Amino acid sequence: MADMEHVTTAAGQGAPHRTVGLAGLFDDVNDLAGAARALRDAGFSRWDCHTPYPVHGLDDAMGLRPSPIPVISLIFGFLGFCTAIALTYGLSVWYYPIHIGGKALFSWQAFVPIFFGLFVLFGAVSAFLSMFVLCRLGRWHSPLHDSGVMAEITRDRFAVVVEAADPAYSEAKVRALLEASGCRDTRPLIEHGEEDDAFI
Amino acid sequence: MSTNEAALRPMDIIEGDMDAGRLDDDVFRPMESFPTGRWMTAMAFAGGLATLFPICAGYTIWRGIGVWGINAPVGWGWAIVNFVFWVGIGHAGTLISAILFLFRQKWRTGIARFAEAMTIFAVFCALQFPLLHTGRPWLAMFWLVPYPNDQGIYQNFRSPLEWDVFAVSTYGLVSFMFWYTGLIPDLATARDRARHPFRKFVYGLMSLGWQGSNRAWRHYEKAYLMFAGLSTPLVLSVHSVVSTDFAVSVIPGWHTTIFPPYFVAGAIFSGFAMVATLIIILRRMFNLYHLITDNHLELMNKVMIATSMMVGYAYAVEFFMAWYGGIAYERFVFINRAAGPYAWAYWTMVICNVVVPQLFWFKKVRRTVWMIYPIVLLVNVGMWFERFVIVVTSLHRDYLPSSWGHYAPTWVDIGLFAGSFGTFLTFMLLFCRFLPTVSTTEMKAILPNAHPAHGASHG
Repeated sequence: MADMEHVTTAAGQGAPHRTVGLAGLFDDVNDLAGAARALRDAGFSRWDCHTPYPVHGLDDAMGLRPSPIPVISLIFGFLGFCTAIALTYGLSVWYYPIHIGGKALFSWQAFVPIFFGLFVLFGAVSAFLSMFVLCRLGRWHSPLHDSGVMAEITRDRFAVVVEAADPAYSEAKVRALLEASGCRDTRPLIEHGEEDDAFI
Repeated sequence: MSTNEAALRPMDIIEGDMDAGRLDDDVFRPMESFPTGRWMTAMAFAGGLATLFPICAGYTIWRGIGVWGINAPVGWGWAIVNFVFWVGIGHAGTLISAILFLFRQKWRTGIARFAEAMTIFAVFCALQFPLLHTGRPWLAMFWLVPYPNDQGIYQNFRSPLEWDVFAVSTYGLVSFMFWYTGLIPDLATARDRARHPFRKFVYGLMSLGWQGSNRAWRHYEKAYLMFAGLSTPLVLSVHSVVSTDFAVSVIPGWHTTIFPPYFVAGAIFSGFAMVATLIIILRRMFNLYHLITDNHLELMNKVMIATSMMVGYAYAVEFFMAWYGGIAYERFVFINRAAGPYAWAYWTMVICNVVVPQLFWFKKVRRTVWMIYPIVLLVNVGMWFERFVIVVTSLHRDYLPSSWGHYAPTWVDIGLFAGSFGTFLTFMLLFCRFLPTVSTTEMKAILPNAHPAHGASHG
């Protein structure tokens, strides 16, 4: 919930717009990591770093827990394996048993490619879908785009973004903290219209 | 850290002074500028060739698969040859993107995106052939996916062709997800660079609202690692399964235990040859010499000579086992291959796949484009002939001389194959025009000073 104190009205524009956070732009990745550590230590919770590529060591600097995707993928991979066993066993032993020359009904060796195929299929699809959900993909709108910060991030700059919704947020405090880490370019993030959607 | 990284880097992956912004400019230029004459010419050629596919496929469906050259002893002709060939082409893409990723081979970044795209289009072309071979492709789904027919009978899971359905469709889908996941951050860059609202909208839609947030990167990187980890055994298994289409049969010449590793090595060999064939044109067409360097070509050529030796070894072992196994039929098949009516195909295969690539032992040859090009073209030809030799020479003379026959393709066979090439090239050209051919995100991450010098956890 953004505080009402941040709501201002743009001159010349009908729609109200609110400052929903502050972005600090960095040229140097070391400064970014420094700022991330400072924000982590200052106890902020609703903030993020935005980078053009995955930066090693930033997870630690931000104090993030490891991603659960490998575990999810492994569980679903195992589920796929079990599905394959159920499919082949169920069909060749229970649903439509055919005796050929006294051979075992469940000749599992012949089904190994099916077991493997479904293991990989379930594991990969679950990794893809869980990435989709965890990365919050499929969201088309963000104040980062409106403020023009995104175009610089996807090119070659780094940004630290602190949401106004953070309990510890005060613009002066964040600005001072970012500047102490070597940030010379801070920009307020403006949200147009009435939407009140957390963007991190 | 940056000095360490430079010291560890065996070769220059990017030539010249490069920063993240210039990298974007270079990679996105072909997408943002008007198509060049070279591209238009290539597209006209590829598109023209591609029209052969619907024509010949339509004719096949209209008249039935009797219009192909297949006959009583050779029930599988060019359809299976082309299927195995195209699936094999795809393998280099997954090898580069998955196996080299796990081995932390940074040189893969320049060519991985392109090779992955090649994988997807090659698998697409591959799938057309078994589908057409069913005669009624619109019903094939009910014959292939586990779904009971009106008698309540399911597919036979003991059949290698059913294994193929699982292996190849999983492979196609996983490759696509792998490729698309890699594309998301680059599509976001394309979105932010786009000036025209329509381009911005389309790239925005495709990039799924990607913001480069570190909380997202954390999941993204793990998902990417999972794809690589799952694709690595997959790439080895797919061609092993394809090879068991043959190996579990009783036909002499097919009933060979060396097939799975032999097919996988051959697939990687032909795949790398195709990557080299196309990427040499790509970097010329879009002037990407500094991102796809001679070092890349040399490393690919080294992979090719290794895999060439592996297939050469497999050819030799097949002969050895035919002699050592003491089965008269098996011996006959191999003598027939080297000296029978299809000896020309066999020796084309041996010369193209084993003899010619030996030139890559010379550093000068490995690094000179006009010397590499004829070699990789010949490897493509040789690897197609390898599949032809396996299929046709084994089938045309088996146990009973009374059932011997001969095989020759019809114009429909030739048209379908040429058409599949056209389709593949058309897709590749469209890909080069509308999507980033080099992963700028990954390239940015390997630039000097891309990561914090201290406080990093990976040491």
